Amino acid sequence: MTTTSPTVPRPAGAQAARRPSGGKTRRRTPQAWLFLAPFVIFYLAFMVGPMIWMFVASFFHTSTVESGLGQFAGVENYAEMFAREDFWSALWHTLQFTLYTVPPLVIIAFVMAVLTNRAVRGQWFFRLAFFLPFILPSATISLIWVFIFTPKTGLWSLPATRLGLDVGNGILSDPRTAMIGIAIATIWWTIGFNFVLYLAGLQEIPRELYEAAAVDGATPLQQIWKVTVPLLNRTTGLVILLQIIASLKIFDQVYLMTNGGPGVSTQVALGLITVTAFTDNRIGAASAASVLLFLIILVIAIIQQIVTWASTKREEVS
Amino acid sequence: MTATATTPRKRRSGVSGAAPARTAPVRDSGRSFVVVSRVVLVALAILWLIPTVFAVKTSLTENGIAALGAQEILADLSPTLESYVTLLSQGDIWNWYLSSFLTAIVTAVLTLLFASMAAFALSRLTFVGRTLIYLLIIAGLMIPAQVLIVPLFEELRFLQLLNTYWAVILPQVPSVLAVFIFKSFFDGIPKELEEAARVDGAGLWRIYWSVVMPLSRPVTAAVAILTFVWTWNNLLLPLFVLSNPNLMTIPVGLATVQGTFGLRYADIQAGAILAALPVVVLYLFFQRQIVEGVTGSGIKG
Repeated sequence: MTTTSPTVPRPAGAQAARRPSGGKTRRRTPQAWLFLAPFVIFYLAFMVGPMIWMFVASFFHTSTVESGLGQFAGVENYAEMFAREDFWSALWHTLQFTLYTVPPLVIIAFVMAVLTNRAVRGQWFFRLAFFLPFILPSATISLIWVFIFTPKTGLWSLPATRLGLDVGNGILSDPRTAMIGIAIATIWWTIGFNFVLYLAGLQEIPRELYEAAAVDGATPLQQIWKVTVPLLNRTTGLVILLQIIASLKIFDQVYLMTNGGPGVSTQVALGLITVTAFTDNRIGAASAASVLLFLIILVIAIIQQIVTWASTKREEVS
Repeated sequence: MTATATTPRKRRSGVSGAAPARTAPVRDSGRSFVVVSRVVLVALAILWLIPTVFAVKTSLTENGIAALGAQEILADLSPTLESYVTLLSQGDIWNWYLSSFLTAIVTAVLTLLFASMAAFALSRLTFVGRTLIYLLIIAGLMIPAQVLIVPLFEELRFLQLLNTYWAVILPQVPSVLAVFIFKSFFDGIPKELEEAARVDGAGLWRIYWSVVMPLSRPVTAAVAILTFVWTWNNLLLPLFVLSNPNLMTIPVGLATVQGTFGLRYADIQAGAILAALPVVVLYLFFQRQIVEGVTGSGIKG
């Protein structure tokens, strides 16, 4: 089929192909820009443009009730955000959510991938079971888990009462446990992503390494600890950074499961931004908060790019 | 030598336990490891299937029984499609399906077309401003779209597009990731193929449309399916730019009306399943493309 032919490397032919076209690379600026134009126009209109506007509006008292940017505010919006307790608590809840979800999402996904990869039979079944939740809409996830966490009669109450946990008014109605409930639903929902990343990483480890380790008398656990874990370091680093970025952008589950409550005990950064913008109608202040969130995510994304770049470089060298 | 080294895994199925266990302690730990890992794997799989299975079971139970509690739902032996009939006989859900399908399909088609054209230029042509565009697009990988919800809302309001399908479609079309996926695929297509077409007098558009794109069917399918699923599942954007209940996408519609369902738990779970059904069907048909696409999106950032 045509599917495999394009990826087959043809060193000799590919190099020769450049010559017949006259020996020079022709610049095709006008045509190239015609090909780029649709994407670039959309990219400028719906990514770069809004981004610049967001930076500008963060220095104005922009609101939804009047048109235009409104009165110049200087750094007032930023000063307000730094002074607001709910801004810091939203950041704290985001961090709390990150701490609750990242370790299990990394460790359980690793275990799932290693065990699935070693399973002799039924690999397709385990892949399906672990990955399927990841492609479900957040609305479906939230409806399922809110129902599971229904106080007293929900599915969660069956093991919880047996374990002697106090179910009370339900895990999502208690400010101390609501974020744990959201974290559990999230772990169930998104683990499939890390699972497939680890599976892809495992596929690249040559079998002979395990065989050599087994010859040296290493038990399967030692093989995993001494061979698999170190060789998957790069994947683990990637998984952790992607998880942190995803945690910073969390919105759907919180909005749908608790809407930031009880009180503001689960309010996160994007929740605060949308409330400030669309409930309080304060676009300028919401823009300032968006800029701050953007900068935090940017720092971590840059670290991620550097880590990925460095590890590919290292691989090319070795 | 290497053949015997791998036996701890294979022996488990055939040979009876006693003999190898005595000969080598390593084998013994290998055997118990296989058993323990099987148990852990199956337990995790069951744990991960429970929420979905329970939701399906609840959706097939009468509302009256579902309201009694989890035990009663599990014990109930008279499945009924009542909740699905109730939901599908109301007009709302069909409007939401229409919204979701329209926005997801149009977004996927425009994303495919624009991203592949841009990738073609970046992969095949030399032109003034190439480095600048390339850097600009790489920078886009680090822009989290969610953070732009406030300025996007203001922009769509200014353009008077709020409460139209375009408000959901247009902002999701510029996918930097799609450009990268296409570009890395195009880079692998040998240039001789288009040289031949060029000798025959084909223009760039012909080369793009009749040579490169037909060779790129697998990557086109992957990008199309992933864009469809992501657009279908998006909550944040449609939640704020669509307030007309007739135009809502299905996740937004369900999230909005769930409060009015009260104790009709079976109906709520049926709604949750109906919202997910199209993407689940897509997943079952295109498992490989989705998993590979998602893995690629993670590795490329």
